[in-house]
Amino acid sequence: MGRSHRIPLPALATAAFVLVTTAVALVFFVAPTDADQGFSQRIFYFHVSIAFTAYLCFGLGAWKALVHLWKRDPNADLESYVGIHQGLIFGSLVLITGSIWARISWGHWWLWSENQLVLFLVLFLFYAAYFMLRFSIDAGPQRANLCAVYALFGVVLIPVSFFAIRLAQRFIHPVVFTRHGAAFGGWIMVTYLVSQAAMIVLAYTLYRVELSGKRLDARLRELRRAYA
Amino acid sequence: MTYLADVRALARKDLLLELRARDTLPAMLLFVVAVFVVFHFSLPARSSDLAAGGLLWVAVLFTALLGLGRAFVPEREQRMFDGLVLAPSDRSAIWLAKALATFAFLALAELVALPVFALFFHGIGGATILAFLLADIGICSVGTLVGAMAVVTRARDLLLPLLFLPLAIPILIGGVGASVVAAPGRYLAFLALYDALFAVLCWASFEYVVTE
Repeated sequence: MGRSHRIPLPALATAAFVLVTTAVALVFFVAPTDADQGFSQRIFYFHVSIAFTAYLCFGLGAWKALVHLWKRDPNADLESYVGIHQGLIFGSLVLITGSIWARISWGHWWLWSENQLVLFLVLFLFYAAYFMLRFSIDAGPQRANLCAVYALFGVVLIPVSFFAIRLAQRFIHPVVFTRHGAAFGGWIMVTYLVSQAAMIVLAYTLYRVELSGKRLDARLRELRRAYA
Repeated sequence: MTYLADVRALARKDLLLELRARDTLPAMLLFVVAVFVVFHFSLPARSSDLAAGGLLWVAVLFTALLGLGRAFVPEREQRMFDGLVLAPSDRSAIWLAKALATFAFLALAELVALPVFALFFHGIGGATILAFLLADIGICSVGTLVGAMAVVTRARDLLLPLLFLPLAIPILIGGVGASVVAAPGRYLAFLALYDALFAVLCWASFEYVVTE
């Protein structure tokens, strides 16, 4: 594929490992315990950074979809799919970490009043349907087009749903929880930034691993066909 | 002007087909009334009017889904898609015409469904009717595009609700909000924004759905 300017995979994997380890150490041993919510507040370092990373993955998927429709780049379809696949994985982690936090903080596994959680549920349903769509068409230019259009709908749906869910709070949950006050500085800031960097590098590493695996698969299939 | 003429010809074809065959609209009408009866028995006595108002939106959404599922069936059964795509017109005209025809069916279905709802449950205000009008535009523009996607897949009827419902959640929020609050302006504006955003997106991307 002639993409020598990219960072080699082993270096990426090492960086991801070091960053994730540092982030875990910072979150558990260095970051101060929240005065109001106690130990459980630490899950936010992961929850928030995973959520942001999931958005990045969906954005990457949509960007590659646009590149496919626009420039007909033959690699873009697979890259878009892998980006969305990673987004769905990180999106599920957002639901799981959010659910754990809701259980500890409010005593329920699910909270309709948490906008972020509800938004990720909608996105989860949307992108799960993307996979249903993708796997019920034979591979080819038509599948690439349909998936690209649906992926583009996703990035429009994210802000629209975000806005809609906030609107829904007004008639479904009149009480809006606000988290305010916590001074966002010092070790809290450092810990958050390191976990954020760790999640982004981890996601990018997984993206590259899956991409090279899928390309290997495709090449193997071509060789088999040529041999048969 | 030829664009509008194309749209008119295509929409006229759909309406004529329905007038001759009558297989979509009667089904939608029967379905929506049946759903109301089901809702009556699923709402325990003394449930609030608000609950029934919310369920009205669910009923209309599912009725729309029924119509959207039928929308591209003639094209598929008569193998007309290739002909339409090869015709010397802009492909987005196919989408616009189909969305207009679906909108006509849905509006007609609501013309019966809303009075029946008022008869069975409770009266409906002007804001709700306006919200339905705005919601129909969004449902038909997104639904037609997604319907064109679903019809070329192996799963077909199974896939349409899966693709459509996540996209319809904002419509439902705007619609239910406009029907239940005292000052519905914000929700109606949201529905209009949704319509504008997704109509442009569907109009621009339909070409890629039907071509390779």
